[in-house]
Amino acid sequence: MTAPQEVSVGEDDRVRLAPGVMLRQDRVRNHWQLLGPERVLVLDDIALEVVRATTGQPVTVREAIDALAAQFDAPRAEIAADVREVLADMIAKGFLTR
Amino acid sequence: MTAHCSTGTTLEPPLAILAELTHRCPLRCAYCSNPLQLDPASRELDTATWCRVLDEAAEMGVIQVHFSGGEPTARKDLETLVAHATQAGLYVNLITSAVLLDRTRLKRLRDAGLQHVQVGFQDTVADKAERISGFPGGHPKKLEVARDVTDLGLALTVNAIVQRHNIDRVDDFIDMALDLGAGRIEIANVQYYGWALKNRGALMPTHEQLIRMDERVRARLPELKGRLVVDYVVPDYYGKRPKACMGGWGSKFLNINPSGAVLPCHAAETIPGLTFDRVTERPLADIWANSAAFQRYRGTDWMPARCRSCDQKEVDWGGCRCQALALTGNADNADPVCELSEHHGLLAGITAADGGTAEVPLTYRSFSL
Ligand code: SF4
Ligand code: SF4
Repeated sequence: MTAPQEVSVGEDDRVRLAPGVMLRQDRVRNHWQLLGPERVLVLDDIALEVVRATTGQPVTVREAIDALAAQFDAPRAEIAADVREVLADMIAKGFLTR
Repeated sequence: MTAHCSTGTTLEPPLAILAELTHRCPLRCAYCSNPLQLDPASRELDTATWCRVLDEAAEMGVIQVHFSGGEPTARKDLETLVAHATQAGLYVNLITSAVLLDRTRLKRLRDAGLQHVQVGFQDTVADKAERISGFPGGHPKKLEVARDVTDLGLALTVNAIVQRHNIDRVDDFIDMALDLGAGRIEIANVQYYGWALKNRGALMPTHEQLIRMDERVRARLPELKGRLVVDYVVPDYYGKRPKACMGGWGSKFLNINPSGAVLPCHAAETIPGLTFDRVTERPLADIWANSAAFQRYRGTDWMPARCRSCDQKEVDWGGCRCQALALTGNADNADPVCELSEHHGLLAGITAADGGTAEVPLTYRSFSL
């Protein structure tokens, strides 16, 4: 399922897992995944950190980006671009909601 | 677990299992894909056996379980099974007609770990829906339960079962899903197995209807992005290439019927000469890896010559075995939906004979024919 990214995410937005979506560690396949109705999304390291930072506690996207930039000691602009891209894709696919 | 399938690649565990808890159901849908020979309640697996099977499934790497039927809420132990599956680490889906549910029970199921409820809708108009389901009062009840589902914070899928009499209302189905707060709609054209096959001449739409539906759904997709996931199963009777049924036989899914037989797909029992192992006789992982029924059409070795030399063979896996059987009389043939199949001409005959818009008497699902 490749969704064209027509969804755009602003830094004031807050996101959360959509109803029926859960974050799960798959010990047999050795990765993390988002599970939803009839769907599995395998998370790479970046996507996992984004999901944790944005949905783990009630924060704005801006606050999550700040935290990730500090955590990974990386340029904020780079992190912001990654985060917004990952979030837009997950919203378009119905795993996250605003 | 390491096992090998006939093509020599490592066999992955199934992603999901369909647990058909019972064949009992208060509805009598004319499109029901349950077998004509329904398992009676006396043959159903008991709670302890299901719990063991759920543990085995989680252990082997299954990610999701779909409690289905029949009507799974007809089982009084559903809460226990949902809780057990959740504790085992499985994501729990409920596939239901909703007519036996109420808010109190839904709450209990949610608290037991249920994540997602899929409610089947026969139409968007009550009397038309109830003509198909043979269950008066069903439609408003479904709407009420569906609202409770979203209200309780569970994920809702509207399963729109599409046939000649409702196909022109596909827009209404989408609007109904949005109105109910569903996160997902499955637009499922009737597949002609089981009871549906008996009613093909009363249900199959025309090619023109399908083309119109397709246009309408596609026109809505951009607006629905990020609001409603649309899973859309285009019927292949009018197509040129088959679909990879079940993502390939014995490759991603397995089905356990009410009496514990493990099937590669829910219609597999229609195929003569296949024998199915039972969860009461063999561990699930062993059945998945080694059961004769799974080995029979797994991979590409079983294929007719035309498929074996075709570059699509690991894309569509030769299509649907049950459809090959139903239409050509032999499950070993390529799915005749494939235009390269020597049987492809059969489809034109069937759609000409059975496709239509007329109202034809239905044969309702029942325990005794
Ligand atoms: S299709 Fe209808 S009759 Fe068959 S199990 Fe589902 S709700 Fe019951
Ligand atoms: S010949 Fe067989 S493998 Fe090739 S497209 Fe047709 S069904 Fe699929």
